[in-house]
Amino acid sequence: MELPVISNAPSGAQGGGCASSGCGTAPDALSHLPDHIRAKVQDHPCYSEEAHHYFARMHVAVAPACNIQCNYCNRKYDCSNESRPGVVSELLTPDQAIRKIKAVAAQIPQMTVLGIAGPGDPLANPARTFETFRMLSAQTPDIKLCVSTNGLNLPQYADEIAKHNIDHVTITINCVAPEIGAKIYPWIYWENKRIRGIEGAKILIEQQQKGLEALTSRGILVKVNSVMIPGVNDAHLKEVSKIVKAKGAFLHNVMPLIAEAEHGTYYGLMAQRGPTDEELQALQDECSGDMSMMRHCRQCRADAVGLLGEDRGDEFTLDKIDVMDVDYEAAMARRKVVHDDILSKLEADRAAKNTKVPVHLSIAADARPVLMAVAGKGGVVAEHFGHAREFLIYEASPDGVRFIGHRKTELYCAGLDTCGEGGVATEDEPESVLERNIKTLSGCEVVLCSKIGYEPWGMLEAAGIAPNGEHAMAPIEDAVMAVYKEMFDAGRLAAPVAAGKAA
Amino acid sequence: MALQITAQCVNCWACYDVCPNDAIYDDKPHFLIDDDKCTECLGDHPDPQCAAICPIECAIVDELGEALNPPGSLTNIPIEKLHALGLVPPEFA
Repeated sequence: MELPVISNAPSGAQGGGCASSGCGTAPDALSHLPDHIRAKVQDHPCYSEEAHHYFARMHVAVAPACNIQCNYCNRKYDCSNESRPGVVSELLTPDQAIRKIKAVAAQIPQMTVLGIAGPGDPLANPARTFETFRMLSAQTPDIKLCVSTNGLNLPQYADEIAKHNIDHVTITINCVAPEIGAKIYPWIYWENKRIRGIEGAKILIEQQQKGLEALTSRGILVKVNSVMIPGVNDAHLKEVSKIVKAKGAFLHNVMPLIAEAEHGTYYGLMAQRGPTDEELQALQDECSGDMSMMRHCRQCRADAVGLLGEDRGDEFTLDKIDVMDVDYEAAMARRKVVHDDILSKLEADRAAKNTKVPVHLSIAADARPVLMAVAGKGGVVAEHFGHAREFLIYEASPDGVRFIGHRKTELYCAGLDTCGEGGVATEDEPESVLERNIKTLSGCEVVLCSKIGYEPWGMLEAAGIAPNGEHAMAPIEDAVMAVYKEMFDAGRLAAPVAAGKAA
Repeated sequence: MALQITAQCVNCWACYDVCPNDAIYDDKPHFLIDDDKCTECLGDHPDPQCAAICPIECAIVDELGEALNPPGSLTNIPIEKLHALGLVPPEFA
């Protein structure tokens, strides 16, 4: 049996932006891929969960134009303070992009991947997009290239993509039924006309599917992104997952809708809600089947720089890179040493892990699975409950430990002066920050953190969640399995418990 | 006969790429249309291309100042809602 145990990243690893040591698409989950494809993703942070702790990516915003409208997008506001797709602070020409990429590659040698992801649709900007790729193929041969697209122009450019040695493409596919598409896409620009409603959605869907097949038949890796929109396409995405997998997509990334009124989007203004953490997780589980699901996506900006979950774009603004003088030949030599070091470390960790006898083998096969939330950093249980900006959700079962996703929290403890206020409800805020945070943990039975205050301890217990501070600084997967084993030994895993215990 | 770009423009380059007459140029604070070159696409396309791809309501206007994509026409957000939220530019209200 293939064990879905998920961590190959070493504990105490050199910190990444993501706090987990094992999130998402485990190497096991990619094991169905042929060797030459696995070799392609082993240093790609967006495709390989273990790679994303070590290897960085960057996007360059050279593609402003778009050829469709999505109801979750508003082309008016490109705000520098927000981190979400389609948002950028500085548009670049292809020449400026090359300078920026070389500067980042020299200063962040772990940066292995360059993507063009907007802020519009890269294939609606073919001249700027392919000019950038052409220069990169010639000048920075050690950087992998990828592109993401809505798919409308994809069939037309499949050959061009193959020619530029772009071996990773992401297509955003939110539906395969035009009636559903009409609720997501008000119009497309196609053959010199704006085409609205079902007719437009039908063309977009046909082009996406044609484009997907065109790429996979050329041996190009395709990841499919889908935005989960409750009441619009949530149930339908299971069908989407099946179809794109059958057509050769190797990874499916179901992301939550981001919709706030202040974003000025159709969905934001019409109060369309996004999915709850539990709804998202349930859909990801249902879609998974035998296909790899991606769970470590942080929905980054179209000009993000650095490891997933961090953004170092501010260090590489145009005025700053103007005064940087990069010797790319020398940088490439340094980069190779860094990349080889990381890869051999990953290989050694993988080998060491394989020789350990897993704890979960001592747990009866019919024990029920348990969800646990972890305040982690760098792969270990490192954070104070009140300081965690996100909790990593793990499922422990007789098959092992697997990463499920991350849930964001509001920071209620900002230091000694204000500590405690988070637990207080006021007239304006009938529900305290602490209460809201505990709600985001619903469904979990245990919270692992390095420390926790008296007040949240009591509130967690009242919500049916056991706080646990006994595994501070332990590797997350080991800690989760140790707690699971304790629960098993105490006879608490026998009877299935109703899922989704609300706070 | 020529179309014009208004202050609503967000400089996304979409119209620049599809204009059959190369009439659109990159200017500050926003793109502009050279009215000597603009034909409103007569003879080339049934619809003026800048207005057919533009994602922003009220960004392209005709000689009378009428928006080719009036408020609500691209996003499908009900016009009453746009008015209530103050999202209709005053000159197009």
